[in-house]
Amino acid sequence: MTLMTIVLVLLVLAALWASLTTLLLRATIALALTSALLAVVMYSLGATLAAVLELSVCAGLISVVFVSVISLTQRKPFKDYVVRRLSRMRRFWPLPLVMIGVGVALSFVHTPVQIVLPLPGAQGDVRSVLWNLRQLDLFGQILILLAGVFGVLVLFKRDGQDGN
Amino acid sequence: MAIEIPQSFWLYFIFFILLLVDGLWCMLATFNLLRILIGLEVLMKSVTFFLIVAGYLSGRMALAQAMVITVIVIEVVVVVVAAGIILGFFRAHNSLNVRNTRTLKG
Repeated sequence: MTLMTIVLVLLVLAALWASLTTLLLRATIALALTSALLAVVMYSLGATLAAVLELSVCAGLISVVFVSVISLTQRKPFKDYVVRRLSRMRRFWPLPLVMIGVGVALSFVHTPVQIVLPLPGAQGDVRSVLWNLRQLDLFGQILILLAGVFGVLVLFKRDGQDGN
Repeated sequence: MAIEIPQSFWLYFIFFILLLVDGLWCMLATFNLLRILIGLEVLMKSVTFFLIVAGYLSGRMALAQAMVITVIVIEVVVVVVAAGIILGFFRAHNSLNVRNTRTLKG
């Protein structure tokens, strides 16, 4: 078992923890762990810039947003935790079995892949691809970031400022 | 001329499918809006992972990274806007239960 396989197994386990855990804060931590492990995978495959962005933005910023929303919405007493956990287990107990089944089935199928890809083009630099070849994407990203700014305004808007 | 995908593709493909199943189950088996957002995040992680694998195997990592950077930016904005909508919904209904969305106007 190579190191990459171990990291991939940990990645799937972290994602599974994010789905199974009852407390939303734990799910957020598990999601950040998933992002961090995905960044390790990206770095191992040579996508260094994307790995840095994944680690800083997805594991950092998104976790902050999730924690903010959880702190603003969760007002349930902790004594409900056991009841919620039982209800949750009833809905989620098949998930690990399904994932193990799918994984085992796919590993047994092992169809030889016949998909043919075009020859790799010039390797290039991600910066030149991003700034020279994908300029339209950048315009889209700027517009989407503006939408995100409005999202942040809604997120931290107070009730008293609604009418102003 | 063309190249064929190496055998390591299958290993990555299995983990991609597992992440996909996990995210889909998380979205479908819950009624909590925040949980649905977490499921969506897991789904986007699987897509990001597969984009990088595709770039690695086809030798076009620069293009794949450019795509992934775009996906990450969109992911963040989707999460922030969805979080704002969830907060607005919580203020209106004092609940995060997705079944309450049936009472929305329109």
